[in-house]
Amino acid sequence: MAEVLVLVDHVDGTVRKTTAELLTAAARLGEPSAVFVGTGFETAKDALAQYGAAKVYRVEDPAVTDHLVAPTAEVLAQLVGQASPAAVLLPSSAEGKEIAARLAIKTESGLVTDATDVQPGEGGGVKTVQSVFAGSYTVTTSVTKGSPIVTVKPNSIPVQEAAGAAADESVTVALSDLATAAKIVDRKEKAASGRPQLTEAAIVVSGGRGTGGDFGPVEQFADSLGAAVGASRAAVDAGWYPHSSQVGQTGVQVSPQLYVAAGISGAIQHRAGMQTSKTIVAVNKDPEAPIFELVDFGVVGDLFQVLPQATTEVQARKG
Amino acid sequence: MNIVVCVKYVPDAQSDRSFKADNTTDREAVDGLLSELDEYAVEAALALNEAGDGGEVTVLTMGPEDAADAIKKGLQMGADKGVHVLDDAIAGSDAVASSLVLAEAIKKLGEIDLVITGLASTDAAMSVVPAMLAERLGLPQVTFASELTVEGGTARIRRDGDTASETIEASLPAVVSVTDQINEPRYPSFKGIMAAKKKPVETWGLGDLGVDASQVGLDAAWTKVESVEQRPPRSKGEVVTDEGEGGKALAEFLASRKFV
Ligand SMILES: Cc1cc2nc3c(=O)[nH]c(=O)nc-3n(C[C@H](O)[C@H](O)[C@H](O)COP(=O)(O)OP(=O)(O)OC[C@H]3O[C@@H](n4cnc5c(N)ncnc54)[C@H](O)[C@@H]3O)c2cc1C
Ligand SMILES: Cc1cc2nc3c(=O)[nH]c(=O)nc-3n(C[C@H](O)[C@H](O)[C@H](O)COP(=O)(O)OP(=O)(O)OC[C@H]3O[C@@H](n4cnc5c(N)ncnc54)[C@H](O)[C@@H]3O)c2cc1C
Repeated sequence: MAEVLVLVDHVDGTVRKTTAELLTAAARLGEPSAVFVGTGFETAKDALAQYGAAKVYRVEDPAVTDHLVAPTAEVLAQLVGQASPAAVLLPSSAEGKEIAARLAIKTESGLVTDATDVQPGEGGGVKTVQSVFAGSYTVTTSVTKGSPIVTVKPNSIPVQEAAGAAADESVTVALSDLATAAKIVDRKEKAASGRPQLTEAAIVVSGGRGTGGDFGPVEQFADSLGAAVGASRAAVDAGWYPHSSQVGQTGVQVSPQLYVAAGISGAIQHRAGMQTSKTIVAVNKDPEAPIFELVDFGVVGDLFQVLPQATTEVQARKG
Repeated sequence: MNIVVCVKYVPDAQSDRSFKADNTTDREAVDGLLSELDEYAVEAALALNEAGDGGEVTVLTMGPEDAADAIKKGLQMGADKGVHVLDDAIAGSDAVASSLVLAEAIKKLGEIDLVITGLASTDAAMSVVPAMLAERLGLPQVTFASELTVEGGTARIRRDGDTASETIEASLPAVVSVTDQINEPRYPSFKGIMAAKKKPVETWGLGDLGVDASQVGLDAAWTKVESVEQRPPRSKGEVVTDEGEGGKALAEFLASRKFV
């Protein structure tokens, strides 16, 4: 069976949920091989085995992680040349997409980004599903050229455990001068919020201009549900919440089981980032707010009344 | 500095965007415009040259006849000249082919210091063309800039990720993509609008770029759209008005869906 390469998304070896999703999808297409770049392999190993990685290509050269995107694309291109995989799957993060972009050119392979599903193609290759134009269309695409390269949206593939050997294979890479041309000269880690990561959270509670800058009720409601906190661009532009929490076209695209929008009107650019959520709930004091057109449940009211009451009620039900 | 800004002409996101029978985007049925996110790229280029030693800003677009509007907008904002790559054979190109055409056009422009692009188009929104251009042109890639400075032949950007904020440096020439955090794009002034009418715009076909028609377009695409399906609009669920019990009703709903 042909290998399927999966680029592991991790922070110092702590593997993100997207990786389990990619390994699950990879098993449909062939034999999953994880590609682990960076430090912390020992921490990651068990999680990779648990989701079916038969092999793990391990790249520890610091030159790869000290530079932006290009070296990882070279590493993958080298592995594609070696293994002729049936496909290469990457997370649909900014970096994942850029690595995929360069890899597509290097290996002369077709590229699909932001796939919500990946299946084997009928006549070989890979078939993908994407949600486009702010979620208003579903597009099915087949990739036939080269080793199909697909970036997969987080929270799209139901994870399945499958025992894999995770056989360790150390890889040495010879990077070109070009690969190391853009150097990361400084890195400031963001303080951890203690909440789930926005793109992989099962529940997201977002606040907008309607919070007036007080995210307290939004955060407390989020915490009662174990949710991540997001924000509209209006709230981010006002400086109330960090840009990394912005949901929408120019922020992150989320696809959780439950999305709660509080004090958010529902502009098209915001919808582009949350419209594929399974269940949508809104709290807004304007009954005409466009967000209500999308909701499974809505409350017309003041978020400063509704959210604290809902928080208390949720906590009571959880006991 | 000599800066090339890539600007894409896209269907207006506020209108009902759709597909044609061959599964390509219908670019005639709706109004188009300069992809809003590319205005930040134009602004970044203008600001760099205004603050520095001047130089020429070229706006480059690849697209149908109407895409000339995107160039016009760039010139009105203050760019010096425009290049429109227009060729029927290009229609339906995938990202790989689009980046080939853009890269060849950039090469034809000669000595340049920077290529600046938007963060993503507002139609397909793949965010891949900038990285592909860097790959094809053999230039360093410094992308997703929410700050950009150029000093002593080095471009330096801030890139905000979800776990860290990074400072990245590369020597010129380089490919830079900018986010909507980087600046506030200017509106064309009356003077700018008048001046734009006299600015040079060149139209190039594939022949001018040495690109063979068989390398681009729908038939050459390495990805094939099999079907497009309009999603049924989300049906509106129950909306209650808070009269003192709205929060409880919300918790009740969440419990009924097993979120609590
Ligand atoms: C190129 C471009 C890209 C963009 N990208 C994004 C993006 O990625 N993400 C994004 O979100 N936006 C984006 N926008 C901005 C978008 O168009 C909207 O301006 C933005 O989403 C509005 O944010 P909002 O809903 O919080 O604010 P508003 O539209 O001002 O809505 C505030 C809402 O709060 C309600 N409200 C007020 N007080 C209360 C209260 N006490 N209780 C309950 N409800 C209350 C009001 O009724 C109103 O509906 C983009 C715009 C452009 C041009
Ligand atoms: C709904 C939809 C889905 C698609 N899916 C795929 C797919 O899965 N795989 C695939 O290979 N192709 C796909 N395409 C085709 C792809 O959109 C085009 O080939 C496009 O030229 C490149 O992608 P982008 O618009 O996403 O650009 P992005 O990478 O998002 O653009 C980033 C920046 O590059 C510059 N730029 C991009 N295009 C141009 C241009 N024509 N002229 C000037 N500057 C430009 C702009 O500065 C822009 O801000 C899809 C198209 C649509 C409409």
